[in-house]
Amino acid sequence: MMFLSRLARDRTAVACLAIVAVVILAGIFADVLPLNDPTKVNVLAKFRAPSAKFPLGTDHLGRCTLSRLVHGIRPTVLLSLVTMACTLALGTMVGLVSGYFRGTVDELFMRTCDILLSFPSQVMILAVVGVLGPGMMNVVLANIVIKWAWYARMIRSSVIRFGDRGYVLFSKVSGAGTPFILFRHILPGVASELLVLASLDMGWVILNISTLSFLGLGVQAPAPEWGAMLSEAKEVMGRAPLLMFVPGTAIMAVVSAFNLIGDSVRDAMDPKTL
Amino acid sequence: MKAYIAKRILVSIPLLFGISFIAFVLVNLIPVDPAEVILRISDVYPTEEAVTEMREQLGLNDPFLVRYGKWLSKSLRFDFGATFTNNNRTVAGEIARSLPATLELAGAALAIVVVVSLAAGISCALWRNSLFDRAMRLLVFVGTAMPNYWVGLLLMWLFALKLDVLPTSGTGGMKHLILPAVTLSLTYISTYIRLIRNNMIENMNEEYVLYADARGLRRKTVIFGHVLRNSLHTCVTALGMSVPQLIAGTVVIENIFAWPGIGRLCISAIFNRDYPVIQAYILIMGVLFIFCNLAVDILHCLMDPRLRRAG
Repeated sequence: MMFLSRLARDRTAVACLAIVAVVILAGIFADVLPLNDPTKVNVLAKFRAPSAKFPLGTDHLGRCTLSRLVHGIRPTVLLSLVTMACTLALGTMVGLVSGYFRGTVDELFMRTCDILLSFPSQVMILAVVGVLGPGMMNVVLANIVIKWAWYARMIRSSVIRFGDRGYVLFSKVSGAGTPFILFRHILPGVASELLVLASLDMGWVILNISTLSFLGLGVQAPAPEWGAMLSEAKEVMGRAPLLMFVPGTAIMAVVSAFNLIGDSVRDAMDPKTL
Repeated sequence: MKAYIAKRILVSIPLLFGISFIAFVLVNLIPVDPAEVILRISDVYPTEEAVTEMREQLGLNDPFLVRYGKWLSKSLRFDFGATFTNNNRTVAGEIARSLPATLELAGAALAIVVVVSLAAGISCALWRNSLFDRAMRLLVFVGTAMPNYWVGLLLMWLFALKLDVLPTSGTGGMKHLILPAVTLSLTYISTYIRLIRNNMIENMNEEYVLYADARGLRRKTVIFGHVLRNSLHTCVTALGMSVPQLIAGTVVIENIFAWPGIGRLCISAIFNRDYPVIQAYILIMGVLFIFCNLAVDILHCLMDPRLRRAG
């Protein structure tokens, strides 16, 4: 794979991929790791400075900050990945169907996209969460609802572009089925653009989900989530500014890592930089 | 050009209908019966007969499209009904009360965005790869990765708690406006610095600049009279699109700094399940978005002589 070997030579990309991998693994294995209970309240141990037992100190309820940070990876980062995967799946499906079959279906889907895209995304998210009510699942749903249209549009135009290439026409003539053509011939051609857009959007999704949790619309207390942690830290920022620095830095680091990966993937994909 | 503008206006009409339809449908999906809510807040026990009567009175038994038509004609007259939380307060009144604060905040932020990003963007383009340019590039990168509510908290901590020069939250004069407006503007500043810088650099490599230099025009004239003017087209478009986004983006900032605008109104409406307020918020924001879009397109058309002549 040319693309992979070029990406492997990009030191920034490798470092960022490593960071993201560590974060994801830590999130998956948060229960197995030797951490304190993230929701165990101990009022006597509140606002502790970092120590051996609490490496990042404790919050206003005496809960271990490090443990909350690691457990917070799940809703913040892992759910963002799930959101992105669903968005991609839905967008790809609609885009493929729209671009390949055209006609009425296409018109219907694209007009829906037009209306969705004509709304500012923040308002659309608030609209969906407002109607469904606060909660993590609704936040994820809201993000998918506003984002899939971008992918559907992009994939549709790529499908139309690739649809009359020689190899697709040849495949059609030799009697290949529609699903085969769509998934084996057309999708690989679109994959690169998709990957770039998806990794750049990951940061955006993380910011969105944590913002909604910060507002109290996403993860509900006492479950740890980075945005929600910042919202709690706001109330005690005069006394314990560390509680505010830790989750914020974590969000910034992960979002930057995804943004840099996106840039590197784009560079590695682009034949012009050869 | 007139034909283009007319066409552009006509295209917006179905979009406006689409958005009003979405706002209507979304709120009709809710599992709450408005008739029951209205009885509750008027302190009437919602017996079955009372609910049925109320439903009849509110016209909730009409066919869907009839209800949509009625709601739309009322909305066009800014009549969004009473709020679900307090029968004496109308949705329109609540919005009229909080909209000025939001517009003040968004306006201040927009002013900061224009001034700072123009100054920084031009400097970056003029002194490319200088220390300033590189520092700005780092700032832009960090700016896009930092959640803006966190930036707000950090600024609040530094300027209100540590240095104690600005108030933490609330309204009352210029001093209260500074922190929220700066926080709100930061995300956009980082976008526009990059945009202006790259646009100017691109334009500097054009042949008309070479020609202007060859004619012996002063550097200042070339940069500000030619390069900047040509770079601003795209920026004006982007900036116009940012206006509704700025107004929508105030939601988080208003909640941090306890700023009494429509963003805060909307969030509290979500928590109180005050659906008419949410509906009105969606509708107003959607319409604003379409109008800004339209205004930008027309402005773009007026600014670009090539487009002006084409029509």
